[in-house]
Amino acid sequence: MIELPFLIIFPTIAAILLLFIANDTLRNAIVKISALVIGAGTLYVFFTYFNSGLELFSVPFEPSSQVMFILELFIALYIIYIGIQCRKYLAVILIIIQSALLIYVESMFVGGIHPEFNLFVDQFSLIMAMIIGIIGTLICVYALRYMQTYHAHHAEIKDRRKLFFFMVFVFLSGMFGLVFSNNLLWVFFFWEITTLCSFILIGYSRTEEATNNAFLALEMNLLGGVAFAGALLYILSADPSGQLLQIEQLLTSGYAIALVPAVLIGFAGITKAALMPFSSWLVGAMVAPTPVSALLHSSTMVKAGVYIIVRFAPVYTGTMEGLIIGLVGGFTFLLASAIAISQSNAKKVLAYSTIANLGLIVACAGVGTYKLVWAAILLIIFHAIAKSLLFLCVGTVEHRIGSKDIEDMSGLIVRMPKIAVMMFIGIAGMFLAPFGMLISKWAAIEAFIEAQFGLIFVAILAFGGSITVFFWSKWMGKIISVIPYGEKMENTVKKEKWFVLYLLTAFTVIVCLIFPLISSTLIEPFVMSVYGQTARLSQDNITIMAMMLFLLMIMPFSMLLYRNEVKHVSAYMGGRPTTSDMKFQGSMGITRETVLSNYYFEEFFGEKRLLMAGTALCFGLILLAGVLLTGVIL
Amino acid sequence: MISIVNAILFLLLAPIIGGLVTGIDRKITARMQGRVGPPILQPFYDVGKLFEKENLVVTASQNFYILSYIVFIIVSGALFFAGGDLLLVIFAFTLAHIFLVLGAYASNSPYSFVGAERELIQIIAYEPMIILSAVGMYMVTKSFFVGDIAASGMPLFLYLPGVFIGFLMVFTIKLRKSPFDLSTSHHAHQELVKGVTTEFTGPNLAKIEIAHWYEDVFLLGFIYLFFAFDPVIAIVAIIIAYLLEILIDNTFSRVKWQLTLKSAWIVAGMMGLVNLAVLYYLAGVLI
Repeated sequence: MIELPFLIIFPTIAAILLLFIANDTLRNAIVKISALVIGAGTLYVFFTYFNSGLELFSVPFEPSSQVMFILELFIALYIIYIGIQCRKYLAVILIIIQSALLIYVESMFVGGIHPEFNLFVDQFSLIMAMIIGIIGTLICVYALRYMQTYHAHHAEIKDRRKLFFFMVFVFLSGMFGLVFSNNLLWVFFFWEITTLCSFILIGYSRTEEATNNAFLALEMNLLGGVAFAGALLYILSADPSGQLLQIEQLLTSGYAIALVPAVLIGFAGITKAALMPFSSWLVGAMVAPTPVSALLHSSTMVKAGVYIIVRFAPVYTGTMEGLIIGLVGGFTFLLASAIAISQSNAKKVLAYSTIANLGLIVACAGVGTYKLVWAAILLIIFHAIAKSLLFLCVGTVEHRIGSKDIEDMSGLIVRMPKIAVMMFIGIAGMFLAPFGMLISKWAAIEAFIEAQFGLIFVAILAFGGSITVFFWSKWMGKIISVIPYGEKMENTVKKEKWFVLYLLTAFTVIVCLIFPLISSTLIEPFVMSVYGQTARLSQDNITIMAMMLFLLMIMPFSMLLYRNEVKHVSAYMGGRPTTSDMKFQGSMGITRETVLSNYYFEEFFGEKRLLMAGTALCFGLILLAGVLLTGVIL
Repeated sequence: MISIVNAILFLLLAPIIGGLVTGIDRKITARMQGRVGPPILQPFYDVGKLFEKENLVVTASQNFYILSYIVFIIVSGALFFAGGDLLLVIFAFTLAHIFLVLGAYASNSPYSFVGAERELIQIIAYEPMIILSAVGMYMVTKSFFVGDIAASGMPLFLYLPGVFIGFLMVFTIKLRKSPFDLSTSHHAHQELVKGVTTEFTGPNLAKIEIAHWYEDVFLLGFIYLFFAFDPVIAIVAIIIAYLLEILIDNTFSRVKWQLTLKSAWIVAGMMGLVNLAVLYYLAGVLI
């Protein structure tokens, strides 16, 4: 059982080392070796436990809970200090409330009897661990070269890479701890760690915008933290022995006790997963260097939010509160997808698409039938892989062309062919059959039909799904436009980056191929153990999709057929005299450049309007849940 | 459950049926406009001639996209007639159209670029309604498999009148008929040259045409499902629906894309969703 504490502690040890190393070569070596160790450790844990179902562990080190408590107080002091320094008093107030709740909770333990089984592992934790341990570490390796280039491009930003890599590895520790902790007090500790890490990483550049956005993220997450602490308080006052702090016991303790903490923790999950009305922190987090965005969006942070909500899904099943959480997710999915249409900044499109997909996951978990939980876990896996790939592609492109704007990416297939193909695969993975995300959306549609009030969600998926088709396809179209000019510029990309990008691209495809295996060995046993029944796709459909995927993979070879026999002509320009680089003779004999630009439909899908609608709608829903909850508590 | 024979029959017969339907369509259209019109077999002659032409492209990758387009149109149609999962059929169908759109984007030509954007608008306009149709069929028959739906013997049309009306709207968009022929049109009056197909000629254009025939037959099959309880009624319904489309095509002028998107979504919401909502609440009583 030493593997689990090892995975939690080892990244922190690496982090502390990195904090003191300024030498590039040494840092590269340590990051790569640690990444390798963490990846190997994750695989080891995976192969040790994937067959064994739920296993509980007690930690031999007795005072670990006290150590965590003290660390938490230090974190609180740090936040108070920095909050006062930057005059962000809301954050200070929130952290004081949260710490007060926590100290009160700690004082309620008479004689310090803490729950026995602090760690656990089951198939769902293993899936999360794989995402953190493999995708997370790959992003760390990518970040090495990225941060080098980043500081070369931004001479005005002070080089704080020591802090950067320290935080990133602590982040991984926090995530491992979060998914392996059975004790909610521990979950809360790691929850705070992720909040702190994201705060520091978002504010990395220390510009005014970065600092403001970092505090926005901090405040929203602390709000969730307060709700989380409230949940701990509620559990302890209902059961002073503290046994129900163990997730596995809480989940089986029945609605009467579990519902209130589950909804409070669900609220914390909503803030962390950046659903509306809290979506603005994740969009604001885009000021951070791209690997941070990749990390926040794919393997850490927001995944912590949806992880905890999916964990508590069985409690939500069939309750009004669960339905409301689901609706918050559903509306977030619909509106965030629509907003993505109106964005031309690639990172913002990715951000809104993340928010949308998290919304969908929460919608599934909130309604919480066994089929939906199955779909939600699939979504988590596919989203993590494709999203990290896309962020890293955008980051690489950004450093070469000097822009994150999709409009500037036209003809990427000519300028950076390999990156463009990988980006293409990543985008396809986000919305096209037979790739991952679509499989999950499909499963979700089938599952929602049978759920209570499911028609609302089916409608949301039908409309929201087609909206996603629009913004992804136009992006795809932009990168595959073959421009008659433009030189190759991807030779400067370093080999570490290629390695990470190739691997993630391969994962995107491989996971689609082996997803029936993932489903049958991991997701189905997990859903089975929680609900006593499980969902799966029919064998016919799996076969057909494998055939489609195979077909998609061999189709590009058809290009070879056309190598010799085609004749090239220039595009039709309405009969205007046009040069080979698409400059045409306009009226009055002026030579004009051909500029092609996508539709953004500002008047239909404008960010401001839809964000306001979403905030109002989801805020109202959360208030409603709050009222219902107060009713239950009283 | 999956019938390979049907899939092969579709593969072989659909272009013949689709071509004939197109020929008849052109004849009737011509008569409505007071012309004599081409012979019924004209579409076949056209496609034959296109195949004889030189393969002119702006960029070689267009060939790949168009080949993928026709392949996945055939896959989705074959899967439909083989009795496969309706949602999977719809997703494969969308995938095919994305390839057409990408082919247009690839050429980096102004006309086909705008055509591609408009084709995408059409896709998002019709997709919700098609998915809702599938969901409606599931709610009545408790299966997503086309084979089960067709064999259920339920008069789907009676349960899903609103969905059917919504589907007819989609049918208009999919057949590229006025008033919704935004991205490309069979008529000569075009403001975008040939829209999404501007940069395709010769064998590629022929493939697009054949893919369109396959698509027509698939859509007619979809209409058949609404009346599958009685093949005679179904055939009559298909004929009436198609004649109605020709009439609409010749009496309406093209609308702007805004109106297309709005009206398609409003119809999907008002007709499709309301119909489903009624079914949803009567579920225990009616079915």
